Amino acid sequence: MATIKIPPVLRPSVGGEKEVPAPGESIGDVLRALAEAHPDTRSQLFGSEGDLNRYVNVYLNDEDVRVLEGLDTPVSDADTVVILPAMAGGQAVTVSFI
Amino acid sequence: MSPSGPEVIRQIRASVDEVDPADVRAELSANGTVLVDVREEQEWNVGHIPGAQHVPRGYLESRIEAAVPDRDTHVVLYCASGQRSALAAHTLTELLGYRHVRSMNGGITLWKDRGYDVEVPHALSAEQRERYSRHLLIPEIGAEGQQKLLDAKVLLLGAGGLGSPTALYLAAAGVGTIGIVDNDVVDLSNLQRQVIHNTPRIGTPKVDSAEEAIHELNPDVKVVKYPVRLDASNVMEILEGNDVIVDGLDNFPTRYLINDASVRLGTPVVSASILGFDGQLSVFAPGDGPCYRCLYPVPPPAELAPSCGANGVLGVLPGTMGLLQATEVVKLIVGAGEPLIGRLLLYEALGATFTELKVRRDPACPICSRDPKEISDEETGVFPDYEAFCAAAG
Repeated sequence: MATIKIPPVLRPSVGGEKEVPAPGESIGDVLRALAEAHPDTRSQLFGSEGDLNRYVNVYLNDEDVRVLEGLDTPVSDADTVVILPAMAGGQAVTVSFI
Repeated sequence: MSPSGPEVIRQIRASVDEVDPADVRAELSANGTVLVDVREEQEWNVGHIPGAQHVPRGYLESRIEAAVPDRDTHVVLYCASGQRSALAAHTLTELLGYRHVRSMNGGITLWKDRGYDVEVPHALSAEQRERYSRHLLIPEIGAEGQQKLLDAKVLLLGAGGLGSPTALYLAAAGVGTIGIVDNDVVDLSNLQRQVIHNTPRIGTPKVDSAEEAIHELNPDVKVVKYPVRLDASNVMEILEGNDVIVDGLDNFPTRYLINDASVRLGTPVVSASILGFDGQLSVFAPGDGPCYRCLYPVPPPAELAPSCGANGVLGVLPGTMGLLQATEVVKLIVGAGEPLIGRLLLYEALGATFTELKVRRDPACPICSRDPKEISDEETGVFPDYEAFCAAAG
């Protein structure tokens, strides 16, 4: 099974894990398996049409799947899938303290 | 009987080709002639001919090949008056096999008398040579790189968790001008990680507190303070004229604003973000790589964007990420190494892991795929009203 790296914002949805294994032969299969096992992640990963949300980047190892074959990109057991939503944390100069 | 020193010099001067400064000046603008200054470093530092290479006569044999690798190159040597350059020309021709070497008659003294251009480099003071001595010892920086740092203007967005270590180390490194944008005051809860501030300065504007710390560390640094909120009306004015921008802000509206303005200005942005035990870092260099919008074309909804409210962060994490930012800034200024352009570095502190991802330039990017001149003020930083979204999310 491929390993999925879970970003901080999604960790509460997977029981706090930083990495979870998921079965599947494509990126779409692997992410759907993740959503099956951890339903709270579904709305964060997929839009209503079942497509990947535009604000979520997914990488197969170090490459953005959008420049590969998207959700159809083949995945092998040795692969790492990285989920990366935008992160803006830093210093608040306008609205809040971090 | 052996000839006298003056006699040897006279004989050598008679044997080498000499050239008048007027001819040298004409040649320099016309063809590939290389001009080499053979004087001592102190003389070079007082002023030299623009475009000249510097190879002191004492190092001629060991350094000339680095400056002039091809022995068929037309070389003109000069010194103060034309005597040392004649001797050096003799050495290059007779001992090192250079075939087209001439010595400039009258040296830089005659050149100046004719009113031709002289370039006066900024020389490091004795104190600066001591202060930056560990930089001067690294070939990648050296005196030239240190001068670039001293001449550089870096703008820090935020004097907080990320900005604190970045500001301190850039100041220590001798970055000549550090601008700081921050409209906040120092709070006790900042001091767990914002190391540029301290307990006695609680309640002080952060720009003032940071300035005090920077000047205590390095009086060479000029601090430009912007105790304002960055928005579309002032972003171009504040960013303009800087060599590098350091973004450590906590919210998407400002990140998009900075991105769009920096693309318009062609200024690289060293960007970092932190959350809990995780950090991200990349360099967005307009023209050379992707921009922030190529990586994140749209912001996530508020429930996935924890930057909207106060969040926990390991105090040392912004230190780690801020210093990685400072490192990238120094690399960009001195032109050393491979900057983190087109790559995103993820650091996870608990596992002590680094992950590197490729970031591609989006050919359809609404901002960086266009001619920067065509991007208007009205378009800069535009996207759905995120602050209202954050407020709604509580």
